[in-house]
Amino acid sequence: MSEQAANTAADIPAPPTEEGGVAQVLDVIKGKGPDVTGRRREMRNFLILAAILLVVFPLTLGTFRLNLVGKYLTYAFVALGLVVCWGRAGILSLGQGVFFGLGGYCMAMFLKLEASDPISTKIQSTPGIPDFMDWNQLTALPKFWLPFKSLFFTMVAIPAVPAVLALIIGTAMFKRRVGGVYFAIITQAIAAILSILIIGQQGYTGGVNGITDLKTLHGWDIQSDHAKHILYFINAFLLLGALVLSKRMLASKLGRLLLAMRDKEERVRFSGYDVANLKTFSFVYAAVLAAVGGAMFTLQVGFMSPSFVGIVPSIEMVISAAVGGRDSLMGAVYGTLVVNFGKTFFSERFPQLWLFLIGALFIAVVMVFPNGLAGMHLRDLRARLARLKQRLSAGGGGAAGTQAAGPGLSPAAQERTS
Amino acid sequence: MDANTNFILAAEGLTVSFDGFKAVDDLNIYIEKGEVRAVIGPNGAGKTTVLDLISGRTRASAGRVTFKDHELIGLREHEIVRLGVGRKFQTPSVYESLTVEENLVMSYPRGRTVFGAWLFKQGKEVLDKVNETAESIHLHDKLQDRAETLSHGEKQWLEIGMLLIQDPELMMLDEPVAGMSVAERERTAELINRISHGRALLVVEHDMEFVKRIAHRVTVLHQGKWLAEGKMETVQADPRVIEVYLGH
Repeated sequence: MSEQAANTAADIPAPPTEEGGVAQVLDVIKGKGPDVTGRRREMRNFLILAAILLVVFPLTLGTFRLNLVGKYLTYAFVALGLVVCWGRAGILSLGQGVFFGLGGYCMAMFLKLEASDPISTKIQSTPGIPDFMDWNQLTALPKFWLPFKSLFFTMVAIPAVPAVLALIIGTAMFKRRVGGVYFAIITQAIAAILSILIIGQQGYTGGVNGITDLKTLHGWDIQSDHAKHILYFINAFLLLGALVLSKRMLASKLGRLLLAMRDKEERVRFSGYDVANLKTFSFVYAAVLAAVGGAMFTLQVGFMSPSFVGIVPSIEMVISAAVGGRDSLMGAVYGTLVVNFGKTFFSERFPQLWLFLIGALFIAVVMVFPNGLAGMHLRDLRARLARLKQRLSAGGGGAAGTQAAGPGLSPAAQERTS
Repeated sequence: MDANTNFILAAEGLTVSFDGFKAVDDLNIYIEKGEVRAVIGPNGAGKTTVLDLISGRTRASAGRVTFKDHELIGLREHEIVRLGVGRKFQTPSVYESLTVEENLVMSYPRGRTVFGAWLFKQGKEVLDKVNETAESIHLHDKLQDRAETLSHGEKQWLEIGMLLIQDPELMMLDEPVAGMSVAERERTAELINRISHGRALLVVEHDMEFVKRIAHRVTVLHQGKWLAEGKMETVQADPRVIEVYLGH
């Protein structure tokens, strides 16, 4: 047997002991895949993520960058929801921006009312209402704004408003057995409708500028460096909490049912389960997570605008989940971080190219790693490399071309065996 | 109706038409408690459609289906299942990526609502029932195997087991021995005879030998219409049935 052939053969199976440090890193990225080898590894992966979010980032990044990461992590809520709804239950929603936006707007309305007290708005023709209302000739606060004076109501509304909307959409669609591409298109249409509605109703919503100049939460200055740090930690803890909750849900019988429903919907139905309810649940669950992310976004960034509601942000959220791996909760968090770091990096340097790059990234992920970062196995990479090497060495032999490229058939190997 | 009291299922005037084509036409079927009924007929006779109509998968254009005291027409599939009507599909339909045990646990009739499933605990009672069911479908030593590794026949049994664990009063099986070896057919016949105690079965099947072994009575369908009914020997001797099976 020739040396080269032996090497190639050894490359493909990739014994686990050989993988060393790289495998550790990949394991971290991988999170919970379909082939989990036990709770301990999951626990370790979770602790690594927690350490990165709670220790590494706060210690290594300045306030500005940390706040930026905090903003990215609000998108991770959406990605977690998509793992449940799309990855697990097989329902692709292209309208998660709607729920992110609703959560964010609920928060923003409360903050805006607090910022619009009669004293600081005394130069307006109607003091005590938000500035954009005054600019739009409104003379009184619209009725639906009134309850948002209460922090308690706002805290309830942030998950409840998107949940009710998702419940209505989900029930209307899934009871009628609308699914797949049609559902995705409808959610996308809803995203378009909501963003157009917000932009059109300038006097009630702040229009295309959104709701800006949010300064305090119950008298607490949310723009100070100190507040930004605290908000970052609140956000990180909420995200980790959402991760644990989702992990538990997916590990329960409910989680398995969602998977079963994705693959064998009819069997689930004929086992006595109401498939429409299961689908609606996963859609509502994803909506509530997105809304929490939206509210945290408003708090950390200090404004909310329709540019986070429409079609493009909704699709970017799906891409984040796909890059991370739609089957993996932790993958979704890492995926969101990677996509958004990439977005910031590239849009600072090549602003015009960013949209093309994210498109290319999405295509690359789908073609090369359909299961995203989390589904990336070192073994696949090695096999790919081995194949490439083979093809190259076969190509180097000249006329033989790719067709002759069987295992160990490179010219060098042939020479040595003969 | 008084006459209904002995019947677990009564389908009357059952009709469905797809774009004017009547797949099932004014069909009456009465199934008694504890009865094993086979539905036979040439291809396109509407046998599977009858199961679809009873199980709520297809909406009937006319007619009524009474199960115990409940009208089934208009109910949705899972509601019909919860009343006690189980259904097996023609091609085995099991959760391939789950183990045999998990397949059975998923079919266990508790924790059927969203939050019920979230909080569902797999206690001893559940496992006992799973073991008992696995034993009766000959898959006891394969509980930890993934369903995709099972043979075709074993998948059929698993699906029967998934119905069995719900303890339905009426089980509807669509071609349960299709694609099975002779030995597997034997065991399936034995299995069906065993599980038919205390419940009614409605079996659609092509294999006449198999039907002879399990069915108390046979209903013959032809082009969506009721053609004949009775014991297998009687039906087989009926000239109309012979005509339909051999005439074309």
